[in-house]
Amino acid sequence: MRIPCPICGERDRREFYYVGDAEIVNRPSPDASEDLWNDYLHNRENPAGVTKDLWYHESGCNSWLIVTRNTVTHEVESAELTVDIKGDLS
Amino acid sequence: MRVAGKGLINREKTLNFKFDGRSYKGFEGDTVASALLASGEKVFGRSFKYHRPRGVLTAGSEEPNALITVGQGAFQDPNVRATTQEIFEGLITRSQNNWPNLQYDILSVNDLFSNFLGAGFYYKTFMWPKSFWEKIYEPFIRRAAGLGALSGLHNSDTYEKAYAFCDLLIIGGGPSGLMAAKIAAEAGLDVILAEQEPIFGGRLNSETEKVDGILGSDWVAKIIEELKELDNVRLFLRTTVTGVYDQGTFAAVERVGHHLPDRGNDRPLECFWRFVAKNSILAAGAIERAIAFPNNDRPGIMAASAVRTYLNRFGVSPGRSIALFCNNNTAHNTAKDLLESGINIAAIIDSREDSKTDLDVPFYNGAEVSNTFGRQGLNSIIVKKNNTESKIEVDCLAVSGGWNPTLHLTCHMNGRPTWDEKILSFVPENGVIPNMAVVGAANGLMDTHSCFASAQKEVGLIIKASGKTAKTKRLPKTEITKYEISPKWSVDGKGRAWLDYQNDVTVKDIQQSVQENFKSVEHMKRYTTQGMAIDQGKNSNVASLAILADATGRGIPETGTTTFRPPFVPVSIAAMGKNAQGIGFAPQRYTTSHVASVDRGAPMVEAGLWYRPSYFPEVGETNWRQSCDREIEMVRTNVGVCDVSTLGKIDIQGPDAHRLLDFVYTNMFSTLKVGKVRYGLMLREDGHVMDDGTTAHLAENHYVMTTTTAAAGQVMRHLDFVHQCLHPEWDLGFISVTEQWAQFSIAGPKSQELINAVLDKPISSETFPFMSCASVGILGEAGRLFRISFSGEHGYEIAVPARFGESLFRLLVSRAEEIGGGPYGMEALNILRIEKGFITHAEIHGRITAFDLGMQRMISEKKDCIGKTSASRPGLLDSEREQLIALKPVGSVKQIVAGAHLFDLNDEPVRENDRGYVTSVGFSPTFGHFIGLGFFKGGQARLGEQIKMVDHLRGIETECEIVNTVSFDPKGDRLRD
Repeated sequence: MRIPCPICGERDRREFYYVGDAEIVNRPSPDASEDLWNDYLHNRENPAGVTKDLWYHESGCNSWLIVTRNTVTHEVESAELTVDIKGDLS
Repeated sequence: MRVAGKGLINREKTLNFKFDGRSYKGFEGDTVASALLASGEKVFGRSFKYHRPRGVLTAGSEEPNALITVGQGAFQDPNVRATTQEIFEGLITRSQNNWPNLQYDILSVNDLFSNFLGAGFYYKTFMWPKSFWEKIYEPFIRRAAGLGALSGLHNSDTYEKAYAFCDLLIIGGGPSGLMAAKIAAEAGLDVILAEQEPIFGGRLNSETEKVDGILGSDWVAKIIEELKELDNVRLFLRTTVTGVYDQGTFAAVERVGHHLPDRGNDRPLECFWRFVAKNSILAAGAIERAIAFPNNDRPGIMAASAVRTYLNRFGVSPGRSIALFCNNNTAHNTAKDLLESGINIAAIIDSREDSKTDLDVPFYNGAEVSNTFGRQGLNSIIVKKNNTESKIEVDCLAVSGGWNPTLHLTCHMNGRPTWDEKILSFVPENGVIPNMAVVGAANGLMDTHSCFASAQKEVGLIIKASGKTAKTKRLPKTEITKYEISPKWSVDGKGRAWLDYQNDVTVKDIQQSVQENFKSVEHMKRYTTQGMAIDQGKNSNVASLAILADATGRGIPETGTTTFRPPFVPVSIAAMGKNAQGIGFAPQRYTTSHVASVDRGAPMVEAGLWYRPSYFPEVGETNWRQSCDREIEMVRTNVGVCDVSTLGKIDIQGPDAHRLLDFVYTNMFSTLKVGKVRYGLMLREDGHVMDDGTTAHLAENHYVMTTTTAAAGQVMRHLDFVHQCLHPEWDLGFISVTEQWAQFSIAGPKSQELINAVLDKPISSETFPFMSCASVGILGEAGRLFRISFSGEHGYEIAVPARFGESLFRLLVSRAEEIGGGPYGMEALNILRIEKGFITHAEIHGRITAFDLGMQRMISEKKDCIGKTSASRPGLLDSEREQLIALKPVGSVKQIVAGAHLFDLNDEPVRENDRGYVTSVGFSPTFGHFIGLGFFKGGQARLGEQIKMVDHLRGIETECEIVNTVSFDPKGDRLRD
């Protein structure tokens, strides 16, 4: 698997650290409901199809990336810096 | 026997090699198989289950029978296909799976009992009694299982791993692959051409077909010369692409040195490649399959295409009188080529009613081979036509049941091949591997012209998509022949008809599998072991599917195939794991004091990837406890020096640096004044402790954070996450400086005296109180000083740029020794911190909270921080949670053991009564007894009570008292002194 890091270019996935669903960039406020916190901490979608997840280019530029990929076809559509799209996660 | 005037071997160069102890001669360009066939050998090995004598079936990597062990002693390499091993001077090989020897094999007795050893034998037999499994059945099966064996000795052969990138990877260097490579290279694409044989050309080397008016192999040589002139083509021989992965990644193994008598110092045995290609072309050709007729496994019965390969490429005839049995027209070339070389063709038996031949040989159309004879080598066959049987004496039978496209790689990403009724085989599904085109025989095109044409078409599309222009327009001239085939999968009759030769699977086994209701192709495979041998059923899978389809009454398309998975051919673990043996298993990180520590005889222990000194033995000390006890006393009464550079150090700068610290630590850092250090606790977002450490406020908007050695990477990742994913608006930057600074702990009552010996400007307790920090001059160089302590003593940590680390360490140690101190190691450091109740990752093991550590008050009420919300969940504040405690022994048994479990004094020590466990222990010379840290349910309320520690593994039971976690100097006077 290869990930197109916006800073380093396309690199082997072994250079990256995988976290999971990119939703965790949307941290609830401290006074949010228990349900919201519970979802944030524990519940993840497991889609067959397009998914956005968070990767860290640990053996590269140390960037956190949101990678859009397809769990069915294994296509990697894009990788974006979280600092560039933060707050615009659709 | 050799055939004069034939073959691509170099008859000028004779090579000597050994097989089963006997000496043989061959020529340069021979494989072990071709050289042994030339010497008249028939039996190459014994089959897996019945130990039947077997000869060579094929001439390629798909060979199921002729498996040999190459080399000897530590260097022996088992299960090498004799058909792929090139000979060289001094090569030593031997046969496998026989005892005492290839000709007389004791376990061939299995063959007599084959009625009882059919499919499912193991599943049915080794069921009962249950107690027999471990002592009798398993050792028996293990002894009988497997073919060749490893030596069990350390093998010092070298391997390599490498990456290569290209515009176009072409898999297979036969006519299709060469044509694709030529067109792509001339158009300017960056091309890698990988061919698993030692020469390019594929079937062109095995046929007498002409291309552009010259012999196919001569045309190949011409093309290769042209390709070698171009610097945008990389030619890989002896390289098998073994797997296809996402985004154009391919695995391949290059057999760099298996054919060389002496590789010298710089050549590995094998190289494991990762090719990354924008486009790929699969031109892997096709593999001929057999027909399952009774006793079709005798040595001398071979694939018809392999007979042509041995004749045309190696100049070897596998027999003196040869018959041909086929269901298609390509096989007739075998008879034609042999006749032209003067070999006797005893008969052509073609199962097709309407088949014809121009050759002047006995011809049987609409006929079949119904039996064969000859235990150690074929001597005759029975031909059956219109219910009349005739016996023909032959020493070789060439068989062709048609061709299977080599489409395995197209299935590595879940592709399912489709059935093609015209060629009676599976062909690849279109587009299942992104950016891969399949051309030639691999795509079901069984003549050279179609191979060339499909290569031209597909590579043309790739060139166009790359924005380049193809230069080659004309295709070489070839005879156009049409592939004609009719179904013939098996022949009924007395005697076993073999499908999978290596695993001894017969037609009857598959029928039995269906009778016992293992009807799905995946069930049949596992029940019979069809296709599960080293060759993965490359010759036999399609035929066995046809038999399965027949037995179940389904069609072949509905029956489907099993799943082809990587690797296409066996890949040695040594190649994939290159450098991971012994010392190469993990990187080694050394501190700047490493050499100085080793010089003093300190045994080094691993701490993650780091190596740290365990203790520093002195003359007369015979075990580690003596050294450790002395070092502890030295620190408590004098001064000790310890390298703490392995702790993570993160330099944080910027106007919002304090916001980051407030957010990742539970306690407040924005109030920390310049020149001060504070201890901080870091939580995960789920409320559990991630790490702890100190952070120093060096200057305005400039901090240095320390992490534990173990969690340095995790904390760095976490800080990056918080900054980039949660608060990119904060104006700050940070970087790991762990390796830029050498840092030493100086601890003990005389630490100030020692530190002043190296500082440009001396300090005092008044000018530099506990938890101070400053940039300082150290012997004229810029360094840093922190007044912190992990031992409970008056202490400092002094940091210098790493290049000064070794000299500063040596200097500090020698100055310390002048005043009665010295270096101390990890053992002493550990006891010193246990005496103070300081935690490490033995305690912060991922399941504990600040509450469990008695540090709930460190979660500031005044601000938010990572983990704060979660840490307030009622379940994480339950008074019955396992809480940090310290232990001392109070009964007659004095030992405390890490990992032991804790129980109430009067409870039976069983799982249901478990109340906790011990995490850290050591013998404290300060107190004269063992001390320990651990967790105990509701432990903080049980101070002063007696409990018991039980180590069930070692059989130790110790009565303990729960004591204050800070055993030594509870008020901390010595720290602040």
